[in-house]
Amino acid sequence: MYGWIWRRLPGSTAVRLLTATVLVAVAVAVLWYAVFPLLEPAVTLDEVTVQE
Amino acid sequence: MAIPDEARGRAYAGRVRAVLRAVGESSITAGLILLLFCAYLLWGTSAYTRGQQLLLQKELTRKDTGLARIELGRAVALLRIPELGHDYRYAVVEGVDAEHLRKGPGHYPGSALPGQVGNFVVSGHRTTYAAPFNRLDELERDDEIVVDAAEARYTYRVTSQDVVEPDEVNVLAPVPGKPDISPIRAYITLSTCHPEYSAAQRLIVYGVLKRTEPRKE
Repeated sequence: MYGWIWRRLPGSTAVRLLTATVLVAVAVAVLWYAVFPLLEPAVTLDEVTVQE
Repeated sequence: MAIPDEARGRAYAGRVRAVLRAVGESSITAGLILLLFCAYLLWGTSAYTRGQQLLLQKELTRKDTGLARIELGRAVALLRIPELGHDYRYAVVEGVDAEHLRKGPGHYPGSALPGQVGNFVVSGHRTTYAAPFNRLDELERDDEIVVDAAEARYTYRVTSQDVVEPDEVNVLAPVPGKPDISPIRAYITLSTCHPEYSAAQRLIVYGVLKRTEPRKE
């Protein structure tokens, strides 16, 4: 998978490295700011109230 | 005859390698995403709470929004626990739904207000969303819990600590633990999850009002 992506990145190794870093950063940002906030309410490791 | 067989064998081995590599890469990726999600729960959620606390604490210092206008999601009072550090201060928000507790410790609507006779009940996160009640278990008898409300500063004294089941609603009673008795003193009850990173039980800290210092006009 990663090899497949790497082979399709254009340019020299340095350029590819930069593009790859940007791609990883974008993936992390999407997870952190969009996906995780949606998942978080389903994780009940911090239930603090007392109720019936 | 031997050569095509060999070629077929190599092609087969290549396919197996490709599948194994894909499985391996996916597993590693899933593991990294899970790690990142844990990091988000522990630290990412805190950023939200810190931002909301800034707003709520600013709200508390404004003169016109006193106790007269308590609404869900608004600030009720400033909670300080000197034992947990001199910079330990959280604005208590009205409400204990998930959306309120993300902003900071939440006051049970309907339970007593700060300093009032009855039980001032506050719940707060222990591990996520800035974890305001993370070190609640360190409180001991006679430690002070300071609640700054619009009209006065109320200082409570810790009386005891307990671990209860999540449905033990008696701790919310006007006299904590004694739902049939009507109160003549002002109590405070703080609750959070127990053990850490678990929703199995609740850690409860009880206190009683020790001192009231009215604010100067």
